[in-house]
Amino acid sequence: MQKEENNTRRDFLKKLSLGVGGSVVALSACNSPQFDDFLQKNFKTLSKEDIDEIVLNLEKKYTEKYGKQFSVSGKPAIDDTLFGYALDLSRCVGCRKCVYACVDENNQSRDPQIHWIKVLQMEKEKGIDFAHADVHYNPELVPEEGRFYVPVACQQCANPPCVKVCPAQATWQESDGIVVVDYNWCIGCRYCMAACPYGARNFNWSEPNEPDEEINPITHYLGNRPRPKGVVEKCTFCIQRVREGKYPSCVEICPTGSRKFGNLLDPESEIRYILENKRVLVLKAELNTQPNFFYFFGV
Amino acid sequence: MKDFCNKTRKIYFIKSLIILSLFIGCNKKTPVKEDIQNHVISNSENNQNTEIAASPPPFSDEYIFPCSECHAEMEVNTQPRLLEMHEEIVESYNHDSENRWCLACHDANIRDSLRLASGKLLDFKESYKLCGQCHGDKLRDWKAGIHGKRTGYWNGKKEYLLCVHCHDPHSPRFKKFKPDPPPVLEKDTITKSK
Repeated sequence: MQKEENNTRRDFLKKLSLGVGGSVVALSACNSPQFDDFLQKNFKTLSKEDIDEIVLNLEKKYTEKYGKQFSVSGKPAIDDTLFGYALDLSRCVGCRKCVYACVDENNQSRDPQIHWIKVLQMEKEKGIDFAHADVHYNPELVPEEGRFYVPVACQQCANPPCVKVCPAQATWQESDGIVVVDYNWCIGCRYCMAACPYGARNFNWSEPNEPDEEINPITHYLGNRPRPKGVVEKCTFCIQRVREGKYPSCVEICPTGSRKFGNLLDPESEIRYILENKRVLVLKAELNTQPNFFYFFGV
Repeated sequence: MKDFCNKTRKIYFIKSLIILSLFIGCNKKTPVKEDIQNHVISNSENNQNTEIAASPPPFSDEYIFPCSECHAEMEVNTQPRLLEMHEEIVESYNHDSENRWCLACHDANIRDSLRLASGKLLDFKESYKLCGQCHGDKLRDWKAGIHGKRTGYWNGKKEYLLCVHCHDPHSPRFKKFKPDPPPVLEKDTITKSK
């Protein structure tokens, strides 16, 4: 009786170890890209060589999949740079050009629809009041009398609640202040969405859907590369543009010049001029998220 | 953005043409040259010469400029009056119209030139100096890159637009326009999937 039990357990363990060992050998031998993906380490711990290889493989994969030459950058933060953004509430007219420029630049899903920027219409009488803000306004002409507009995207907080709650360390803040998501590490739990007080994070409930011909093939690993189903995505200040020195695409499209961007550590920058000379506010300052996204009154 | 700007540009261009053509000018000069792309803001506080004009003043690439083509033949009349010519501008003119008229900004003799209050002639590609005579705070912010739009590189070469690329100088207030479509309502999505 006793012997039989021992045998059973021993047998089981033997078989188990054989099985596990065998499958590890088999899997490592097969060397498939999916398997590499699966075993990929956290992006923050990768060496430069690892990143270069991963990025190269992704370029190959996307180029095949979408039928156009893709570039995927793994470019790290520029030294002595902390990105800041300022939006002129006295000039924004609520035209939503930024929303769709962002969608195009950053390969957001068209259907189901994902918008990283949400333009909130508010009443001048009430001031900044999220409870009564309207994101679906659609008059013949903007701006409407007695209304003002507050475009909201990721505030790139210096004290980001979304990063704190992530159980997988799949989202973090880079040294240039951009809060990024590694889509390979995101497990889709959406804790970060619950933690974000600005509604700035978006979830891919299904496979993102974008016409191939509209896909922007100039991408960054931590930004606008094509996302899989089941991951969270958000504004990255157009990481693929700003780390090359360009302005984010919302800055370039804004017809009223309401959007300003620059290096907070450079005393000569536009953003520093605003902080030093204009009336500036941050959204929900009482939550101590310390946004690097400022709103100001240019007049 | 392009449509928006082009439209404003076109309107301004036509208007400025008409108004200028009413006056009688002298010499035929063309102060607006093709080298506008290399024009940098002078008197800029951050003297790095990284600010480059994005495009020429919003009329030179189209028909009616130079104004002297018509005005060369006409007699100069500096008496403020309602013009029969340049009808569109007269109708839309809304820029301290009680106190100012054409010759507050356009030179009476050198037709293809603007004129500062000091009497100094001014090229159209430096029209921001003219605007800055009254709107000094805006000029200051514009030079710092805060008023108006800059495109290009946050850490390098930037392109600027002139005041008149966005504001019709004869009627500077922004015109309202149709916003892009609102985000899809969730209930729309639900209905669609059924």
